[in-house]
Amino acid sequence: MTDLSEVITRVHREEWARVVATLARRFGDLDIAEDMAAEAFATVVERWPVDGIPPRPGAWLTTIAHRKAIDRVRREARREEKHKEALMLFDNPEPLGVIDDDRLRLIFTCCHPALAMEVRVALTLRMVGGLTVPEIARAFLVQEATMGRRITRAKAKIKAARIPYGVPLREDIPARVTGVLAVLYLIFNEGYLASDPEKEAVRSDLTDEAIRLTRLVRALMPADGEVAGLLALMLLTEARRAARMSASGELVTLGEQDRGAWDRELIAEGHALVRARLASGEAPGRYQILAAINAVHTDARDIHDTDWVQVVALYDQLGRLDPSPLVRLNRAIAVAELDGPQVALAEVDGLPLEAYHAFHATRADLLRRLRRSEESRAAYDRAIGLAGNAAVRAYLVRRRDQLAGS
Amino acid sequence: MAQYLISVLDDRTNSGTKDEMAAIDVFNDQLRADGHWIFAGGLAAPNTATVVDGRNGEAVFVDGPYLESKEYIGGFWIIEAPHLDVALRLAAQGSKSCNRRVELRPFLGA
Repeated sequence: MTDLSEVITRVHREEWARVVATLARRFGDLDIAEDMAAEAFATVVERWPVDGIPPRPGAWLTTIAHRKAIDRVRREARREEKHKEALMLFDNPEPLGVIDDDRLRLIFTCCHPALAMEVRVALTLRMVGGLTVPEIARAFLVQEATMGRRITRAKAKIKAARIPYGVPLREDIPARVTGVLAVLYLIFNEGYLASDPEKEAVRSDLTDEAIRLTRLVRALMPADGEVAGLLALMLLTEARRAARMSASGELVTLGEQDRGAWDRELIAEGHALVRARLASGEAPGRYQILAAINAVHTDARDIHDTDWVQVVALYDQLGRLDPSPLVRLNRAIAVAELDGPQVALAEVDGLPLEAYHAFHATRADLLRRLRRSEESRAAYDRAIGLAGNAAVRAYLVRRRDQLAGS
Repeated sequence: MAQYLISVLDDRTNSGTKDEMAAIDVFNDQLRADGHWIFAGGLAAPNTATVVDGRNGEAVFVDGPYLESKEYIGGFWIIEAPHLDVALRLAAQGSKSCNRRVELRPFLGA
């Protein structure tokens, strides 16, 4: 029985987006797509324990969901209109033809510029990532009901304004892709450092899906530097995943990771992308710079071998594009390796990141290195209180308890 | 096909220059030629408005707009388009031709 529920969980991860996307294409209605996908998964729980697992679970689910959707459309009064709408509502009149991927169409719909940025992310996590509304609400630190309303409103706008279900026309893609990349990066990060303390610390279903979708976007626009940059960034981050968690489920920081456990293949692919971007001679954007930083890290034999001068220089470059306190925090972490914790602490103190666990964790570490144990302990406590991820918390608790005088 | 309202946001009325009016004419002709045209027009100033409340027997007439605001709707287009992406492109052209910001809104269930 445990095995079966594991299979069901896995199938849900792997097939959710595909079932939703297929239904969205056939019925042109995100509500029907989502409700019927959910009903199909509910049927799984009844049927599979009795009938066994079908040979092609995805196809089985799509068939069940499709039947249920047809029943529902038939039950509704405006049947003919619905059928007509189903055929035309979201269909882009000039399909791209290059890539016919339902999930890519779904993501361009969820990431439409007519929707607010936070709504795009939430909707993509729901429709493409298969996250529940409570999970999304936690990731955004808002009430479940608030998030539910946002998603409902977004779906209503898609319907009323007729946001097309499809990849936009080639001329519109450059303007649309920035938002899609931002959403894909957020999904990747939610998978890489899950914000829900009750769930696994790493959700490879989300990181895998983000990488897969970014590859599709790259096939759509192979010459775009930022698409290549984001893919490289994801690959170089993902390459370190196996080394990032200890056996006891604790976060392992970059300096302590077993670099032999890094995925050389992903690193090689990421490096090749970064080198190709450098060779292009074009001014890099945010993702390309972040990828370059990760290329430096994955190039080093160990933390001391890391070219910190280059890392700091890259953060300077990033800071010119994006002078946010978050970039300054990350730059300061590199500065600590180059100029020592005293200099880094001066840069970190005063950053307006009081509500962010990594700010306090960074301060705690710098204070520890400066042997200011009491202040360090207080900073660890703040960080632990704010960290949503269980692995991060476990790491911080251990570091705090190792402080001198504990 | 769906219908959309493109409202022109302005802080003055009848303020279009000659060049702007000419550009709007070109845009209108294009809308007709491509089958998007339904209706368009400019609106007189908000201070020419009268708010009418006929809900309780004898109607009450009040001079002025129902909303005092710095910006208001100076004119509008009603267009037809297969989906939002087409409507957005038309709204962008409309904004360019009249040299004003516009708001795009779908009609209910049309």
